[in-house]
Amino acid sequence: MPNDAPAAGSLLLMSPDDNCLIARMPLAAGLPVEIDGAVVILPQAVQLGHKVARRAMRAGERVLRYGAPIGSLSAAVAIGAHIHTHNLESDYLPTYTLAGDGHHFIEHGQS
Amino acid sequence: MSILAGYPRADGRKGIRNIVAVAYTVECAHHVARLVVNAFPDQPVHLIGFPGCYPNAYADRMMHKLATHPNVGAVLVVSLGCESFDRNSLHAAVEASGRPVHTITIQQNRGTRASVAAGTEWVGWALDALAGQQRVPMGLDELVVATICGGSDSTSGITANPAVGLAFDTLIEAGSACIFEETGELVGCEFHMQRRAVTPALGEEIVKCVAKAARYYTIMGHGSFAPGNADGGLTTQEEKSLGAYAKSGASPIAGIIKPGDATWGPGLYLLDVVPDGEPRFGFPNISDNAEIVELIACGAHLTLFTTGRGSVVGSAISPVIKVCANPDTYIRLEEDMDVNAGRILSGEATLAQVGQEIVDSVLAVANGTPSRSEDLGHQEFILTYKQFEPAGPGCHPLRAA
Repeated sequence: MPNDAPAAGSLLLMSPDDNCLIARMPLAAGLPVEIDGAVVILPQAVQLGHKVARRAMRAGERVLRYGAPIGSLSAAVAIGAHIHTHNLESDYLPTYTLAGDGHHFIEHGQS
Repeated sequence: MSILAGYPRADGRKGIRNIVAVAYTVECAHHVARLVVNAFPDQPVHLIGFPGCYPNAYADRMMHKLATHPNVGAVLVVSLGCESFDRNSLHAAVEASGRPVHTITIQQNRGTRASVAAGTEWVGWALDALAGQQRVPMGLDELVVATICGGSDSTSGITANPAVGLAFDTLIEAGSACIFEETGELVGCEFHMQRRAVTPALGEEIVKCVAKAARYYTIMGHGSFAPGNADGGLTTQEEKSLGAYAKSGASPIAGIIKPGDATWGPGLYLLDVVPDGEPRFGFPNISDNAEIVELIACGAHLTLFTTGRGSVVGSAISPVIKVCANPDTYIRLEEDMDVNAGRILSGEATLAQVGQEIVDSVLAVANGTPSRSEDLGHQEFILTYKQFEPAGPGCHPLRAA
């Protein structure tokens, strides 16, 4: 197999209506992956368990995982884009992560 | 179905362990109690207690339920002497349950050294007394199993949590009572849960209970979401919730219980761990073990703990079985994990196979095999101030009067 063949089964669809996919393994930036039959080059590296856009979406769209909403997009995303705290916000409670310095919290969402 | 063997108690319940609990009734008695426990490193002597000096009805009730838990065979109460906690009522409750009990009040017992010596002597006597107890046949319909997730990541909701859900369905079918919890981590699942309630009134209570949790956490200014959850690919509270919710399986929800309430027969129960009324004492559960203690106070014989990032905790009183969701975490923390559910993600096992492994693990641990955390000596315990109103009639629709 040539090296640019899409990695088989690298993305997991949890429910048919979902608009995001879950990385079954760490995936490098530039890796070709298959999304609904199309080959997409991953724009960013994606860690195990992280989410990737199944299609292009507008800001404000609800992201569905397990067939259920997990929040709303705060920015437009392209197909294959990494979906996480930088572009997805809770519809309930803000999410807190530790800043890169490991010393203070960053609040995501409810903007 | 008598496929287990348990220690019979006067209240009709059976225990899967026969431990001596050493219970301190204020932080000032903690050191003495710990020294007594430390004198029995390889024996079933566990440390529990309440640190506060101010009275709290919830803490009193929890200590009573824990000291008379079916896994407990005898209790040593260690009191300083001037704290608010009612040691006499705890002593009387344990005595009334038919268990050996002894109270040491440090201020009336010549201080630290003499109290440690007296406590150690009594625990040695209690261990000898319990050693003669025979186990009797115990059915799966006498078993109470709890579940909790901690150190969750994005794999938790794909592997370990749905596998525990399948195990729950199997156990409930066999007659066990199973408890899931943490309504703060069920935010976003309330209307789906409502449809699983055995009565419409219970469904309404479930929605109210989650709304209470969302409000409480909003006032606290921080949801039940840790930085490691986001590192592991979870972005929002509701995404974490949906994954956590998978632990509940597919059985109908039989009722809502509050910390210390007993289950009433086979079925799936939701434990409401978020305090009632205006927030007074801080976060509902300051860490995973606070929830585990509440599950145990509801009678749980053992707890299925799913983890993606990799928690290592166990518990006093009831064994904790670790189900590891993430295949990479399993490689790093294999010695701490009982079940490797990450094999589902790597395609080496199916959900059904791992679900059955969890059931097998429950049966083995219930029959006396130590779980990994138990074998490693984990006996975490934490109890803090909280307040609850009794669960309303809508919460327990089919309980026998």
